[in-house]
Amino acid sequence: MKKQLMVAAIENGTVIDHIPAQKLFAVVNLLHLDRMTSAVTIGYNLPSEGMGTKSIIKMADKFFTDEELDQLAVICPDLTLCIIRDYEIVEKRTVTLPQELRGIVKCTNPKCITNNEPMLTHFHTDASQHLKCHYCNTIISLDDVKLVEN
Amino acid sequence: MEKRSLVTIANHSREKIEYLIQMAQEFEQHPNRRLLEGRVVATLFFEPSTRTRLSFETAANRLGARVIGFADPKVTSGTKGETLKDTIMMVSNYADIIVMRHYLEGAARYASEIAPVPIVNAGDGANQHPSQTMLDLYSIYKTQGRLDNLDIFLVGDLKYGRTVHSILNAMYHFNPTFHFIAPEELAMPDIYKTFCHEHNIKYVEHTDFDADVISGADILYMTRVQRERFTDLMEYERVKDRYLLKLDMLSKARPNMKILHPLPRVNEIEYSIDENPHAYYFEQARNGLYARQALLCDALGITLDEVKNDKTIIK
Repeated sequence: MKKQLMVAAIENGTVIDHIPAQKLFAVVNLLHLDRMTSAVTIGYNLPSEGMGTKSIIKMADKFFTDEELDQLAVICPDLTLCIIRDYEIVEKRTVTLPQELRGIVKCTNPKCITNNEPMLTHFHTDASQHLKCHYCNTIISLDDVKLVEN
Repeated sequence: MEKRSLVTIANHSREKIEYLIQMAQEFEQHPNRRLLEGRVVATLFFEPSTRTRLSFETAANRLGARVIGFADPKVTSGTKGETLKDTIMMVSNYADIIVMRHYLEGAARYASEIAPVPIVNAGDGANQHPSQTMLDLYSIYKTQGRLDNLDIFLVGDLKYGRTVHSILNAMYHFNPTFHFIAPEELAMPDIYKTFCHEHNIKYVEHTDFDADVISGADILYMTRVQRERFTDLMEYERVKDRYLLKLDMLSKARPNMKILHPLPRVNEIEYSIDENPHAYYFEQARNGLYARQALLCDALGITLDEVKNDKTIIK
């Protein structure tokens, strides 16, 4: 059977490929795709040779800052991004976990000030993939991270 | 004036701790001064803590400051839904420094980031209580003549006990040997044992508590084993008296050994020990006054030299 592209190519923009299928909606929320006005193509539960199923997001005319993209590492540490210009991939990059995360991750401690005051959360990351709350010092494993609801 | 909030002393250097101890010594010699005359200290207690509040307010009053604030959160606008930020910003208009106690963890850190005046953390939930730690360090220094190379025995609730965790963090500059004495349910959490490993701090764990164990101690730091910490009340009944310090358990104690307790005590230390020369918990509480005088002055940018050369001493 002839293979075909299940998602249309874009002229300029950003493609995030190989998103674990179940993480798709977390990525959508994190990048605030619901607020975008340009064309966004989302593929969910697509067949993947390496992963079984995967998700993919293509965003036309959208280029994120490094800071925005690195926040993705909180939910998908090994994500690859392709920057597309004139239908060509001009840059491929892997996201890396930033040292500071502001307003991204929710603190799991219900008695933390960030869960009781209108303010941004703030976490410090370390080499062992743990996040430490800047305010209450609670330590969260990346596997248990919950994102702030916007 | 430099804004120098005190949120935690976990990150204080050895030099800074020694500096504050020296300052507390100055205040112990002459606690009554007019060093803070004309200043207004606000004490905002979003959760009641009479002992800590009285200690801070006495420290401020004895230095000539005037004190405003509240002791009971029911009277504040917080109950009307006002945010912590709004309360802090409002009080910052009136006071030169804010001492705050809050039931939420991280509240003092947040306040220090938004307030234009220094914040002194008088306890934020189960998180930090740096003035307690400072008075503990001052008490250890005063009774032992040093902070280095001491055998420090921590007894009771080591799982939830904020004070013992803070001592552990603050003492790591001074090469201590810790002994952790607790029922299994309230044993020192792994995160603090990892801290000890990372900083090459020696520690020994015990579940027994008797004269032989106590014989190795320079400092015996007692804490309350609280009934509400236990999921199994049978277990509480079984262990609650095992960590009661009785007079005969001091028979083999080192002459320099002192018993500390953050107070209030319930049934951890037999009353007959109060008159014993090893008992130090009431003096420890008094040291809180001098330690808090030092912390208030440091937060207001007053240096040790200024305290030493102070001409406002009331004799």
